[in-house]
Amino acid sequence: MIFWRLFYTFCKIGIFNFGGGYAMLSLIHGEVVEQQHWLTAQEFTDIVAVSQATPGPLGINVATYSGYTAVVNAGYAPWLGVLGACIASFAVILLPLLLMLLVCKFLQKNKDNPLVANVFKVLRPAVVGLVAAAAIVLVTPETFGTSPFEVIASIVIFAAVFIAAFFFRKSPILLIVCSAISGLIIYV
Amino acid sequence: MSDAKLTTLFWSFLKIGTFTIGGGYAMIPLMEKELVDRHGWLSKEEFLDLLSLSQAMPGIFAANMASSVGQRLRGWQGAVISVLGNIFMPILIILLLAVFFRYFAGNHIVDSIFKGVRPAVVALIAAPVFKMAKTAGITWKTLWIPVLAAVLIACLGVSPIWVVLAAIVGGLIYGMLLRRKEARQ
Repeated sequence: MIFWRLFYTFCKIGIFNFGGGYAMLSLIHGEVVEQQHWLTAQEFTDIVAVSQATPGPLGINVATYSGYTAVVNAGYAPWLGVLGACIASFAVILLPLLLMLLVCKFLQKNKDNPLVANVFKVLRPAVVGLVAAAAIVLVTPETFGTSPFEVIASIVIFAAVFIAAFFFRKSPILLIVCSAISGLIIYV
Repeated sequence: MSDAKLTTLFWSFLKIGTFTIGGGYAMIPLMEKELVDRHGWLSKEEFLDLLSLSQAMPGIFAANMASSVGQRLRGWQGAVISVLGNIFMPILIILLLAVFFRYFAGNHIVDSIFKGVRPAVVALIAAPVFKMAKTAGITWKTLWIPVLAAVLIACLGVSPIWVVLAAIVGGLIYGMLLRRKEARQ
C-alpha cells in the first residue's frame, strides 16, 4: 500500500535529517528515487526547482511535491495524490516534533552535553558529504540532456549559476528564474 | 507559560511560512522580528537558544524552530499549532503547482524552461557545499569524512540513512576514546 510506505519512508527521512534542506535532498533522493523508484531523477530535479522558488522550507516543499507525484505516478487519481502529499508532509515532521517535545521537557540542558557535542563533531562533516552527494547523483543525462548541444548548454548554465551562487551570493529564486528564461531562449 | 494565544501563534507562523522563500534559514530574520520584536514572546537570548537547539535536532529546521517556540510558549498544543501554521501555506502552494504542472506536462514551453532549470538546480545544491564545509569546521584532518560519505552515497549507492547512522556511532566512539584518554592523563 503506497500510502503506508509513503508515511514510513518520510518518517525515516525526517528523523535522519541532520543539517538542513540540502542534506535532506540526499535522503529523499536515496529513498524516493533509488530505493522505491517512485520518481525519476528528472522529476526529482524539477520538484527541487519548484520547491526552491516557492515559499516555505525546502524539505517540506519537496516532501509535499514528492508525495503527490509518487501517488499519481503509481496510477491513482489526483485527489489521492493530494492525500499522499499531506501524508508525506506530516510524516516528515512527525518524529522530530515528538522528539522536540521530549527534549524540551526533560533535557533542556542536553545540547551542551559533551557526548552530544562529540557526536556532532563527526556528524557535521558527514552531512557536508551528504549535500555533495546530492549534487553528484543529479549529474545525469536526465538533467544535463542527451545531445551534445544540450549537454554543452547545460554545462554553461551550471557554471554560470554556480559562480553566481557561490561567489556573488545571488538568491536561488533569481537564479532559477534566470535559468528558466535561458531555457526558453535556448530550446524554444 | 506565556499569555500567547494559540490563534495568534498560528497566524504568526502562517505569516513566517508564507513569506520566506529560499529555505529554512531565510526564515530566521522574519522569525526574530515576529517573535522577539513584535510580540515580545521571547528574549533575544531565548531565541538564540532555541535556534541552536533546532539546528542540533533532526528534522526540518524551520519546523523544529516552530515546535520549540510553540512548546516554550504554550506546551504541546503550542508546538503542534505552530508547526501546522508554519507548513500550511507551503503545502497548499506546492499542491496547486503540482496539479498545474501535471496538466502542462509535455508542453514544449514548460519542457524548455525545465531543461534550462535542471542544471541550475544541480549548481544550487553544489554551491553551499563549500560554505557548509567551513561552518562544519572541516580541516585537512577531517576532510576524509565528507569525502567518504559522498563516495559511499554517490558512487557505491549506499543509502544516506546508513551514512548518518554510521556518523552518529562514529561520534559516540570518538567521544568515548577521548574520555578514556583524558582519564588516563
